[in-house]
Amino acid sequence: MALQSLDIVRRSATTTPSPQAREAHAGEVAKLIDVTKCIGCKACQVACMEWNDLRDEIGSCTGHYDNPADLSEHSWTLMRFSEHETAAGDLEWLIRKDGCMHCADPGCLKACPAPGAIVQYANGIVDFHEENCIGCGYCVTGCPFNVPRISKRDHKAYKCTLCSDRVAVGLEPACVKTCPTGAIVFGTKDDMKQHAAERIEDLKSRGFEHAGLYDPAGVGGTHVMYVLHHADQPQLYANLPAEPKISAMVGLWKGMSKPLALLAIAATAFAGFLHYIGIGPNEVDEDDEAAARREMEETR
Amino acid sequence: MSARKPPEIVRYRTSTRINHWIVAISFVLLALSGLALFHPSLFWLGNLFGGGTWTRILHPFIGVFMAVAFALLAFAVGGANRMERRDWQWLRGWRDVVGNHEQDLPEVGRYNAGQKLLYFLIVLCLLALLLSGIVIWRAYFSLLFPIGLVRLAAVVHAVAATVLICAIVVHVYAAIWVKGSVRAMTRGTVSPGWAWKHHHAWFRDVLRGGGRE
Repeated sequence: MALQSLDIVRRSATTTPSPQAREAHAGEVAKLIDVTKCIGCKACQVACMEWNDLRDEIGSCTGHYDNPADLSEHSWTLMRFSEHETAAGDLEWLIRKDGCMHCADPGCLKACPAPGAIVQYANGIVDFHEENCIGCGYCVTGCPFNVPRISKRDHKAYKCTLCSDRVAVGLEPACVKTCPTGAIVFGTKDDMKQHAAERIEDLKSRGFEHAGLYDPAGVGGTHVMYVLHHADQPQLYANLPAEPKISAMVGLWKGMSKPLALLAIAATAFAGFLHYIGIGPNEVDEDDEAAARREMEETR
Repeated sequence: MSARKPPEIVRYRTSTRINHWIVAISFVLLALSGLALFHPSLFWLGNLFGGGTWTRILHPFIGVFMAVAFALLAFAVGGANRMERRDWQWLRGWRDVVGNHEQDLPEVGRYNAGQKLLYFLIVLCLLALLLSGIVIWRAYFSLLFPIGLVRLAAVVHAVAATVLICAIVVHVYAAIWVKGSVRAMTRGTVSPGWAWKHHHAWFRDVLRGGGRE
């Protein structure tokens, strides 16, 4: 996405402010995926392919309904099908549209070493700028949701953009536009939360007592949210993490270790400098050479 | 004139010197490219390698190359780096070491205790860097490992690299500090006085026809 953005609130590997004269005065955006309304038609996958000009390789059946089998540089969203037997013995088919969650605190952006390869806009969308990507895969290491994929052809990282190009001109994401059951809706985050609350109330009245919103606080909330029938067990939905957060290892690697390491190296070099100035070099003088010569002669 | 010049003592043979400088140049390239990928304020160092993407491509290959070259060097000098009783005594007198009062310290063999500990530290760091580096080498290997291990390896790689860079800063400073040392690794020889003063036990070995690599 190469449009000039004047609304960047966070930019990877960058210590100075980015252009941010524009703000999201209408509020941050969010996509709400109501898993309880999804029929698994995969129209969202097709719309994503069409709008973004992506064509994945035609694979082969792996014994389940997921098609393609996994996210890839060409498949930015994917319906994941899980069979779940309830305590009452009913079979439920849980279908979750997987893809980037657009975290408020993005692990990919925190991990990225390439300036400007990952940005977060004021509206909350987390976008990859592949022309700045160096292909190290640190975003994969940083992501709590296992979303970014590295292309085998160009070694750049790819993922859902939340159709940032469409949203920038006032359109909804392609998957939202195409969803035939209205399971995917898009708007401001506040509106989406309100809409979700109504849906959850309805679900509860129909016996789904644990229905709820998935907007995990561990990553500061997300700009892609789910309405789940079993919000108490998100892992039922193809291992959606119950409490996603940026790994402590990534926090250490990208947090304290950076200034401490540079400080340690600089301090070591400075200690050497002080020693040389204060105590000085250790030199061999003529007496040492004479003593060495004497010992050599004695040995002979 | 040349008749009065004291005979020089060979400390490092040519193959060791060449190997040392191959490792040294590789280390500098790795430290620069590694720091470029480690800290945003040093990302510009990647320009030395043709930009961020080339830095990412080259760094691990140089790393494997250095690991092989260093392994040869480590085996060549490993035998002389075993810690002995007198080395611990030497370490206890560290104040005399940094204060240039070597006459008060126990005799030193081919390497002093500081050099020996540095040797082991560098071996450990390189082992950690090689293993963790393979795990975080995204183009070929990262997919073979669970994500938790990749995250751990990223931290291990950063910590080991920091310790190694500090260790090499100490190593380089020691060569500047103890005059006559650099020549041992460039020309391969030291003066008798240098060997007598800094490595007396080794000096005696050499006089008796021993002390070779």
